Amino acid sequence: MIVVEALSKQFGRFQAVDEISFEVQRGEVLGFLGPNGAGKSTTMKMLTCYLPPTSGNAEVNGFSINSQPLQVQEQIGYLPESAPSYNEMQVEEFLTFIGEVRGFSGTELRRKVGRVLELTSLQDARKQIIDTLSKGFRQRTCLAQSLIHDPPVLILDEPTDGLDPNQKHEVRELIRRMSEERTILISTHILEEVEAVCSRALIISEGRLVGLGTPDELLSQSIYRNAVTLSVSGKSAEALLEDLNGLEQVYSVERLEDMPSGALTVRVFPKDRESISSELEQFLKKKKMVIEQFFVERGRLDEVFRNLTLGN
Amino acid sequence: MKGLFPIFKRELLAYFRSPVAYVFIIIFLAANAGCTFMLGNFYDSNQASLEVSFLFHPWLYLFLIPAVGMRLWAEERRSGTGELLLTLPVRTSVSVFGKFLAGWAFIAVALILTFPMIITVHYLGFPDNGPIITGYLGSFLMAGAYLAITSFTSALTKNQVISFILSVNICLILVLLGWGVLSEILNTIFPVWLTDVISQFSFTTHFDAIRRGVVDLRDIVYFLSIIIFMLMTNVVVLESKKAS
Ligand SMILES: Nc1ncnc2c1ncn2[C@@H]1O[C@H](COP(=O)(O)OP(=O)(O)OP(=O)(O)O)[C@@H](O)[C@H]1O
Ligand SMILES: [Mg+2]
Repeated sequence: MIVVEALSKQFGRFQAVDEISFEVQRGEVLGFLGPNGAGKSTTMKMLTCYLPPTSGNAEVNGFSINSQPLQVQEQIGYLPESAPSYNEMQVEEFLTFIGEVRGFSGTELRRKVGRVLELTSLQDARKQIIDTLSKGFRQRTCLAQSLIHDPPVLILDEPTDGLDPNQKHEVRELIRRMSEERTILISTHILEEVEAVCSRALIISEGRLVGLGTPDELLSQSIYRNAVTLSVSGKSAEALLEDLNGLEQVYSVERLEDMPSGALTVRVFPKDRESISSELEQFLKKKKMVIEQFFVERGRLDEVFRNLTLGN
Repeated sequence: MKGLFPIFKRELLAYFRSPVAYVFIIIFLAANAGCTFMLGNFYDSNQASLEVSFLFHPWLYLFLIPAVGMRLWAEERRSGTGELLLTLPVRTSVSVFGKFLAGWAFIAVALILTFPMIITVHYLGFPDNGPIITGYLGSFLMAGAYLAITSFTSALTKNQVISFILSVNICLILVLLGWGVLSEILNTIFPVWLTDVISQFSFTTHFDAIRRGVVDLRDIVYFLSIIIFMLMTNVVVLESKKAS
């Protein structure tokens, strides 16, 4: 569990992180979102005791980052943004080194190294010099390093950066699998990733917290929430637009490109982002129109993200 | 002390995996022999001893040890591995000491490889082995002091070249303060006691006695204190760099 209380970081006069507070429970994956330079990595560096905060505190499984850095670091597996590793070493040797520094030895160490090689599908590269690895493999090597001690808390700075689509999928699966008995904080720029793996997401901008909630809660702030895109044939465009606009629950109607079949396509925005799909369906049936496409949106995270981070 | 040995081992292996290590050893051995036989008039002195050989060590170390130590922290910072190392549950002092020991061990290997010099003096005559042993120990200690200074300067920057230049300059001052020529100049300006005090800060002053076979606890304490002081400063620099 991570508890962050009014954490701030100043570089000279520049406020990189501004009084951020949040909590991550065991079993949760918290996604950390924000534009470039928002302060995500800086916050993670403070949580891993690499940078001391200017003010504020955080506790990791009950240990304070200000007064118990070594205990905090025991709890955490950390993947830094640049996924650094010692280039002259072989993959397996590097993981063994990290395990040794963390205090493991003998068969236990070998078992742990074998396990993380398997988790990150690096078995075939185990004897390769890290310097000769491709970017994605290096990323996975550093990810493997963060898992070696089976940590209760994982802090991963852009874990899927540079991975191919298959590996992205693998790593997301891995994170999801591990999340049950762990506390996980990941930062990412890939918004689908938030919906795919995160139980909650936190958005920061210019060091300040601007949004926090489950992916669905964030999506409900979108103007596309419950908007319905539909294509119908059998009626003239003007009449349909007029009819739809006349409905009580409809906020506005937008005309989109028509379908190749000649069907008319519109997007209907409901009032207060409430669901209107059943009303619409009934209405269209009553008017005896042929529905060629009917699609309800959950909302768009990228639009919510833009609003929250550009809005102020 | 958890983590000391693996950090030491990794760093030492890293030395031997880079070609620079072999270049360093070859240059050190060649320069050591060159200075002894050519500059030091080894044969003319008609003495079966390595005293003249050790005479040049402060000058050789002046360039070679900053070259060995400049990567210690600058490289960690440049490549980002420092973030990895310093977020492992290991005290900064342990990391600093482990990496320092690795550099020192590497220098020890270079020193051990000068053994043909010992064979040569034994072949040429009947040397007194006491000064040879103390000379080696003194030289090793002094090398540690150079290395600790370099480790400190290397933590100041991510640029190895800057680290090298800084430490050459600091070491140069510490060598010159006890250099006979400078002392004579200083004597004309300052009272003798002051010149003596100044020269007490110098590598040369403390190494000269050991080189001649005189082991004074104060000389050993001097080198050890430089090492400890510099490594402690090194830790402070790393921790305050993080704070900035
Ligand atoms: N050591 C430093 N000294 C001065 N400024 C810094 C330092 N580290 C980070 N910053 C600044 O702090 C701000 C936040 O940086 P940070 O790396 O946390 O952003 P981020 O949210 O991780 O961005 P990205 O999405 O690009 O990774 C940036 O403006 C950056 O320039
Ligand atoms: Mg970042």
